[in-house]
Amino acid sequence: MENQSLRLKLRVWRQASSQAKGAFETYELAAVPVHASFLEMMDLLNEQLVREDKEPVAFDHDCREGICGMCSMYINGRAHGPQRGTTTCQLHMRHFRDGETITVEPFRAAAFPVLKDLAVNRSAFDRIQQAGGYVTVNTGNAPDGNAVPIPKTDADEAFMSAACIGCGACVAACKNASAMLFVSAKVSQYALLPQGQPEHRERVLSMVEAMDMEGFGHCTNTGACEAECPKGISVENIARLNRSYLAAQLSGGGTSAVATSD
Amino acid sequence: MALTGLFLILFLVVHLIGNLQLLAGDGGRRFNEYSHFMSHSLLIQTVSKLNFAFIILHVLYSLWLSRQAHAARPQGYEGKPALQTATWSSRNMGILGTVILLFLIVHLKGFWYEFKFGSVPSISYADAPEPLHDAYEVVRAAYAQAWYAGFYILSMIFLGFHLHHGFQSAFHTLGLSNYRYKPLIRAVGTVFAILVPMLFALIPAVMHLQSLGY
Ligand code: HEM
Ligand code: SF4
Ligand code: FES
Repeated sequence: MENQSLRLKLRVWRQASSQAKGAFETYELAAVPVHASFLEMMDLLNEQLVREDKEPVAFDHDCREGICGMCSMYINGRAHGPQRGTTTCQLHMRHFRDGETITVEPFRAAAFPVLKDLAVNRSAFDRIQQAGGYVTVNTGNAPDGNAVPIPKTDADEAFMSAACIGCGACVAACKNASAMLFVSAKVSQYALLPQGQPEHRERVLSMVEAMDMEGFGHCTNTGACEAECPKGISVENIARLNRSYLAAQLSGGGTSAVATSD
Repeated sequence: MALTGLFLILFLVVHLIGNLQLLAGDGGRRFNEYSHFMSHSLLIQTVSKLNFAFIILHVLYSLWLSRQAHAARPQGYEGKPALQTATWSSRNMGILGTVILLFLIVHLKGFWYEFKFGSVPSISYADAPEPLHDAYEVVRAAYAQAWYAGFYILSMIFLGFHLHHGFQSAFHTLGLSNYRYKPLIRAVGTVFAILVPMLFALIPAVMHLQSLGY
């Protein structure tokens, strides 16, 4: 990297509240270090705004190491920016050109209303999770991890699905604002394990129902979600969810015996 | 969507086999016999009614899907991505489908409506018991017009793109895809999406050239 800092123009979506009408504002940053992360660049912008006695830009972030899924931003027409397999916090300014204009928008979906500026409310995901994204186990001592044998390939695939961090990039990138990749990952992480079997049918039906109630769009298999997912969640999970959902409906859709035995 | 789409795909294959009789090079006799059989078979007539119903269902469902997508993202994005992550066909199924629908209307008006309610000339073959409708003549006259043949061929290109996404998408929707079979489904879908529309388009292309005296 010869050029150690960038001059940038930012077009940032500003919106005072969920009710207010938003608009783009343009800002200029004179010297952004190429090794800064995108969020650090946003910090620089906010410092500049505070110095100018202006309202800083609200944006979500927490871990800044790519694991919490908070840093929702739509950068130059891509969820989490142009880099594949990264969250916004893991995106570095060396992927941008000197003098470039960068457009930064909030994730757009009816189910993810804007709270302020770039921060959106993703509690719809929490409600979907609460509808069935768990296994019901009695508390007590931690069971022996090796007591239930699980084929390595199943364990690996379940683990890959469990890598979903609930960031919402799949919804943001989908032309239908569908949440199928998220829901299918949350279903698959249990569908492949014996512990997930007793509540499997119930989980599939109620999580899909919760998803539909939140007003997400329908999946048409474009694959934009998989391409934008920072954790590389595969659309094969969606095929598995479709399969499970059809099977659950064909088998009467009732809850399984174990799940209702209390 | 997947079930109606797959039915339409099946229909395409049967329809194509029938249409290829047009190229038999026997002045249209094979095609006229085929078309006589089709219009007098109870099974085919039932399937044909079903096919109409499926086309209508497919279109209605596609309208509902577009409305659903719009409701799920009332406000769109301004930023234009330097690189699109989803295939062009998958992002334009509605437009592709609308062109196919337009084609279907012209196509049905020109052939189905003419055969059923129009005046189709008859033709007698010396060794046949009764004269047949000369369906071949209707088709020949249509494809002799450059705009008709051109529109047909163009529509088949749109159909190809619709199938390029639709074929594999239907399997995905029905949950019939997984890591192992996905590459196979995609490959078969791509071959199907190229081959079937190409063979369909070959017919007006050849017949138009024939009309020009080639
Ligand atoms: C012979 C004609 C047609 C065939 C073989 C066909 C086939 C298919 C298939 C297989 C799918 C995928 C289903 C799925 O993903 O579950 C599909 C989707 C779709 N079709 Fe058709 N179709 C035809 C005509 C039409 C027409 C006339 C329209 C009119 C508007 C249309 C509009 C759509 C739309 C909007 C989708 C969207 C779903 C998506 O984005 O994936 N199609 N079609
Ligand atoms: S599936 Fe991927 S893109 Fe969607 S919420 Fe999970 S981690 Fe984010
Ligand atoms: S801030 Fe936690 S993933 Fe980006």
